[in-house]
Amino acid sequence: MTFSTIHALVLRNLYLYSRTPVRLVELVFWPLVDLLVWGYLTVFLQKHAGDSFPYQITFLIGAVILWDILFRAQQGVALYFLEDVWSRNLLNVFSAPVTNADYLAATYVIGFLRAAVTSLLLSVLAIALYSFNLFELNWSLIPFVFNLLLFGWSLGMISTALIVRWGPAAETLAWAVPFFIQPFAAVYYPIDALPAGVRWIAEIIPCAHVFEGMREGLKDGSVSWIDLGKATGLNVIYLLLAGMLFVRVMKTAREKGLLTKFVSQ
Amino acid sequence: MSHPVLQVSHLVKKFGELTPVDGISFEIQQGEILGLLGANGAGKTTAINMILGIVTPTSGSIRVFDKDLARERIAILRRMNFCSTYTQLPGNLRVWQNLTVFGRIYRVPQLKKRIDEVLELLEIAHLKDRISGNLSAGESTRLNLCKALLNRPELLLLDEPTASLDPDIADKVRKVTKRIRDEDGTSILYTSHNMRDVDEVCDRVVFMHQGKVLFIGTAAEILNHFQEESLESLFIRVARGGEGKAV
Repeated sequence: MTFSTIHALVLRNLYLYSRTPVRLVELVFWPLVDLLVWGYLTVFLQKHAGDSFPYQITFLIGAVILWDILFRAQQGVALYFLEDVWSRNLLNVFSAPVTNADYLAATYVIGFLRAAVTSLLLSVLAIALYSFNLFELNWSLIPFVFNLLLFGWSLGMISTALIVRWGPAAETLAWAVPFFIQPFAAVYYPIDALPAGVRWIAEIIPCAHVFEGMREGLKDGSVSWIDLGKATGLNVIYLLLAGMLFVRVMKTAREKGLLTKFVSQ
Repeated sequence: MSHPVLQVSHLVKKFGELTPVDGISFEIQQGEILGLLGANGAGKTTAINMILGIVTPTSGSIRVFDKDLARERIAILRRMNFCSTYTQLPGNLRVWQNLTVFGRIYRVPQLKKRIDEVLELLEIAHLKDRISGNLSAGESTRLNLCKALLNRPELLLLDEPTASLDPDIADKVRKVTKRIRDEDGTSILYTSHNMRDVDEVCDRVVFMHQGKVLFIGTAAEILNHFQEESLESLFIRVARGGEGKAV
């Protein structure tokens, strides 16, 4: 892994965003729509529930912000590859001295930056519009958010691997993959709300434990070490498996000439 | 005795039933411009993609700078570069931004100075601040060439660099190709459909057909071997199914 190569690959994306501000709309517009919809739904429920309003519902706003961290991290990895496909730059990058590790590290950095921009903006707006302060979680926010980033990176690697394997027609997976798992990810409701037969799926998804843990934390200020431990352990496994899948698919892509097919589209 | 810069030996690529490259062998010496000539489907681009490490050979070997490409791909790629008419640099970035990104990837020392040099060489210094996507086809090809020359490659692969260029720009590209060979001793593998390119630029030619090498030699040797008057008539004869015996 070479720092200068990673720096160059990150720089390419930063130039892209500075050159085309319209791309920032994607980072801001959709998350903002989510925040407004879920935020005002929370306000509506709050008004009608009165004093019996459960704190978990307030967490809907937090869930919007935190889901977006995961989603933006995943997008950072998957869209990086697609940007090269769209600009017909793929062969320039893969015929350059760039290792898989360099490439992935650069996409992680972009994923982190995307997540940071969106989540900071949404957090500030949530305080201003709904008096919801995600930072009440204090320092325990950091390991939970870090776990969301890790899982976003894993999903990004899986998305990219599937796109490489199945070709340009599978581009839509860059957006779809996170939503495959969302119903089981306990984002807006606890794992207990799922039918008993599918709770095991939530149990093996790292972000489900992050959302469970953060709901607990916001309720009474405690840190759910069990949820944090489960999320971290699962994330290590997912990162390893996703990394192995990515490397395996890139090897297959070279054997089957799949990368060149993106150029001829 | 010095080793060839590039040694391709018994190279085969199969995609299922299809064999686009079928046991080709050739070498490039230092400072040589070797043409890879053949009709569509002859296997030129697959061969180039294997030399770049984008496609893995089914069998055979590729040695570059006397190193095995399969084992030392990254170290080799640092000393090579590539330009194809079928690839582009990101259109949203300015010319200097694209060259800065690739210059850093190739660890080019004194990058700003080098960017100015290659832009001057290709006569597009005035486009330095332009958005790459707004360049004409000729300007875009020259920008690709700038990227390919940034790291002063010892081996340069040019895949149909003059395709879609007008005669004036194509002539400039040919002149630059010869100039960098003469001044820097760069070895160049040059694929083209353009017979004038091959005649004017290449020291020797590898004539390919249906994945095999038909003949390797100078343009004169090839014409003599096939008893043809011009490379163009030979090209047409072979492309239309005329005889050709692989070496």
